[in-house]
Amino acid sequence: MLDDLKLSNAQIAWRAAQDIADGAYVNLGIGFPEMVAQYTVEGRTPIFHTENGILNFGQAPAPGEEDWDMINAGKKAVTLKPGASFFHHADSFAMVRGGHLDVAILGALQVAQTGDLANWRVGNKGVPAVGGAMDLVHGAKRVAVLTDHVTKKGEPKLVESCTFPLTGVACVTRIYTSLAVVDIEDGHFVLREKLAGISMEDLQSVTGAPLHTDGEVGDLIVPAL
Amino acid sequence: MDKTVSGLAEAVSGIGDGATVMIGGFGGAGNPIELIHALIDAGPKNLTVINNNAGNGQIGIAALIDAGMVKKMICSFPKSSDPRAFTDRYLAGEIELELVPQGTLAERIRAGGAGIPAFYTPTSYGTELADGKPIGEFDGRPYVQERWLKADFALIKAEVADTMGNLTYRMAARNFSPLMATAAATTIVQATRVVAPGGIDPEQVITPGIFVNRIVEVTEPKQEEDLIRAGASYA
Repeated sequence: MLDDLKLSNAQIAWRAAQDIADGAYVNLGIGFPEMVAQYTVEGRTPIFHTENGILNFGQAPAPGEEDWDMINAGKKAVTLKPGASFFHHADSFAMVRGGHLDVAILGALQVAQTGDLANWRVGNKGVPAVGGAMDLVHGAKRVAVLTDHVTKKGEPKLVESCTFPLTGVACVTRIYTSLAVVDIEDGHFVLREKLAGISMEDLQSVTGAPLHTDGEVGDLIVPAL
Repeated sequence: MDKTVSGLAEAVSGIGDGATVMIGGFGGAGNPIELIHALIDAGPKNLTVINNNAGNGQIGIAALIDAGMVKKMICSFPKSSDPRAFTDRYLAGEIELELVPQGTLAERIRAGGAGIPAFYTPTSYGTELADGKPIGEFDGRPYVQERWLKADFALIKAEVADTMGNLTYRMAARNFSPLMATAAATTIVQATRVVAPGGIDPEQVITPGIFVNRIVEVTEPKQEEDLIRAGASYA
């Protein structure tokens, strides 16, 4: 039933984009979170940061036009917007940890009600690789997560405490899921919006920790994309 | 003062067995492919290599690993589009890995170059990468103590160098290189263009020459990403 109701990744990204203010400095994690840039609200001009050393980069260039010295953290070629800048890694992570970014948006394996995030490895097998994930969860004024509400097996991704290796402790402030928008406040999940087609009971049944409310829960409304 | 050397072989001379070598670059941007290949030609063993990644395809750092010259990698993201060289050896227990968050890696190198033996960062607090490290509380919040990182040599790719060692970089190829240049006992630079002193506007210098020891001109440097896409190999 949830599979029929739930938002696509594009729709989750669209919803997250609505909360990005004009002129905000934003870091989008590799993969799914990068989609947020496509849904920038008309009339707003956020400035995107990529931790390998560019502020105010733009779309991918046309195939064949790539300059491989101008890449993002996912090692994809990008273009520059007027007012872009290059900088070295110490400056780049000063922007991150130093509290200069307005929002960082990441993917998740699990998010705990305490704001703990697990998103960098599933277990102890294979080659571990962390990149900038553990840095990016510290310092931005808001740390938001985009995720399906449940795993492919239907298990909750919003949990009491993470079982996968942690990326950071008490760092996430808002979660945009395929079913709801949930804030983390004082160690609790606080439900802000949910799809109109799902009941509170059904939403709670696929959430691994209590969903609190604080005032009215809005309808999560997104366009067809 | 003229820090230029006659060629790539002279540039990497003296990098001996067991040396610690920082190599600039993030992904393909800023990887000094020609210096790395000259190092493979020279053949020292048991190197500790510091780079954001752990090589890609069959060139550059991947070829260095394939040549059996690397004992340990210190990096944040030992994965790539073709990570076979590192992955095979790591899973076989033939190469050590010190995994460091990317920003912590940068700051450890910066600290090494700046004479700061340790610092505290929020990064990795409460995670397995903080295991065994001292924790300090400042203004009510916990932080992880990290130590400086220094090297015997740094291999750096610059865009323009003057003969005194002042450097500029190209776009996002800058990444770790200005930090590494400060943190190595001997910093070795390949530059696309070498000019006389005064050839770089002092306002535009990114790495001041005090951090640079040797310069070699490589006028048409190979780009790692182009080599990967072409399926090129060092051997």
